[in-house]
Amino acid sequence: MNAWHALFMNLPFEWAQYDFMHNALLAVLLVSPLLALLGCLVINNQMAFFSEAMGHSALTGLALGALLGIADPTATIVGFAVVLAVAMVLMRRYSAVPPDTSIALVMAFVVALGVVLLSRGGGFARYSRYLIGDILTITPGELGTLAVVSGGVAVMWVFLFNAFFFVSLNRSLAASRGFPAGVLEAVFSVLVAVVVSVSIPWVGLLVINSMLILPAATSRNLARNTRWYVLGAVGVSLLSGVLGLICSYYWNTATGATIVLWACGFFAVSLAVRKR
Amino acid sequence: MLERLRLHMHCGELTALIGPNGAGKTTLLRAMVGELPHTGTLRFIHHGNVETTTPLRIGYVPQKLELDRTSPTTVMDLFSGALSRWPLWAGTRREVIREAQAKLELVGAESLLNRRISEISVGQLQRVLLALALAPVPELLLLDEPVAALDQGGMERFYQTVSQMRTEYDLSILLVSHDLTAAAQFADRMILLNRTVLCDGAPREVLLNPLIRQTFGFGFTGEEIDGRRPLFKQLEHEQCALPVGKAL
Repeated sequence: MNAWHALFMNLPFEWAQYDFMHNALLAVLLVSPLLALLGCLVINNQMAFFSEAMGHSALTGLALGALLGIADPTATIVGFAVVLAVAMVLMRRYSAVPPDTSIALVMAFVVALGVVLLSRGGGFARYSRYLIGDILTITPGELGTLAVVSGGVAVMWVFLFNAFFFVSLNRSLAASRGFPAGVLEAVFSVLVAVVVSVSIPWVGLLVINSMLILPAATSRNLARNTRWYVLGAVGVSLLSGVLGLICSYYWNTATGATIVLWACGFFAVSLAVRKR
Repeated sequence: MLERLRLHMHCGELTALIGPNGAGKTTLLRAMVGELPHTGTLRFIHHGNVETTTPLRIGYVPQKLELDRTSPTTVMDLFSGALSRWPLWAGTRREVIREAQAKLELVGAESLLNRRISEISVGQLQRVLLALALAPVPELLLLDEPVAALDQGGMERFYQTVSQMRTEYDLSILLVSHDLTAAAQFADRMILLNRTVLCDGAPREVLLNPLIRQTFGFGFTGEEIDGRRPLFKQLEHEQCALPVGKAL
């Protein structure tokens, strides 16, 4: 960490003076490419609505943590999101309800349940930090956890990319190539659940899905092949992450939402370029 | 869903699988590639009567891919994803590119290598998917209504290519088809499926079987078939005319 802080010593910017900004920047550099990578496959699999539901399930995860008296609710947020992801995969497979309807239903349920549990005694305001995220308060210890989770997910994502790619194209084709579609779909849903829920305290559950979807959607407008699609999404994500963080410092605004506005800007530009 | 099936397929033989909607044709294919659970066994008899139950290489040609119009997926992406363990966006080895080019040339689609799938025609996509199924060359090739969206000319070209592959690689091919006469023209054998095997034999005999009329509500006469398609082959063993519902 010391070496990381030392990097900023001679930068002439005001924001570069503060350790909390260095920590936040490191968090942005960890979280944003990871969200972008997953986002590429989320769009391929048409799972944008699913990941939105994963984000909103954090309210219930948070409430469970509070009920159990756990100081850091990350574990219950992640745990609940994973259980919900598996439940939703099973629902999609065995239920006759159309997927978007069942996701809307589940999302309404987990939001309502979370709000009811958290608002008992009128204490909901205490938890608003999770709605908009607070990356500036991240500690080196929390950064460590984030790094371990990101590293694990990134490794899995790299080695399973081709398999996920074929499952998104055609399940039977994937099976004929030795990629078990059912298992992979569940694994992918759990990965999304884990990454979304570990990022929520820092990014905020209201805008987390945009950080997953927007960079990939932007890159998709311009990419000529899958390689540039993935690399472009990571690039857009890093750029909006860094710009959003620095702007939020000067504008004194919530970082997650500022990052998302930058990503929206890039998306608009990509759309304009594509139209030409 | 499907029960009491017993099918034999031989190398170098193109078997057409026909049947009404909901007969279980696609289900059978999905079970064979291992996507759907089943209680049946697949047995593979190799040269010298060596028998194994380990899956042989199966090539599968789907009807379509789940892609939207904005998808950046290229033809090359399909091959890199299938032939390499390395994630396909991280770059492609030269052997993989060469293999993709070689297989595309076989089906006359070499110019499509770097095209996006969302911008090529349905017929071109079917050729690409056939080339993909041939990389590496499978022992069993499964085609799921590959020509459903093609026009007459495209369909005939596609079937001719498939026929050629059969002789060139000594492939065993199972083809699901809705177009009975076209399938009959290129198939060595035809199987009428409706939850179970109703009829199995040379295409001409199967099409002339009364079960065809019972199943589809229309039939063929010998003159009709011969007049339109003079290319039928005769099988030595006639296995047709099994009564409905009888276990095979």
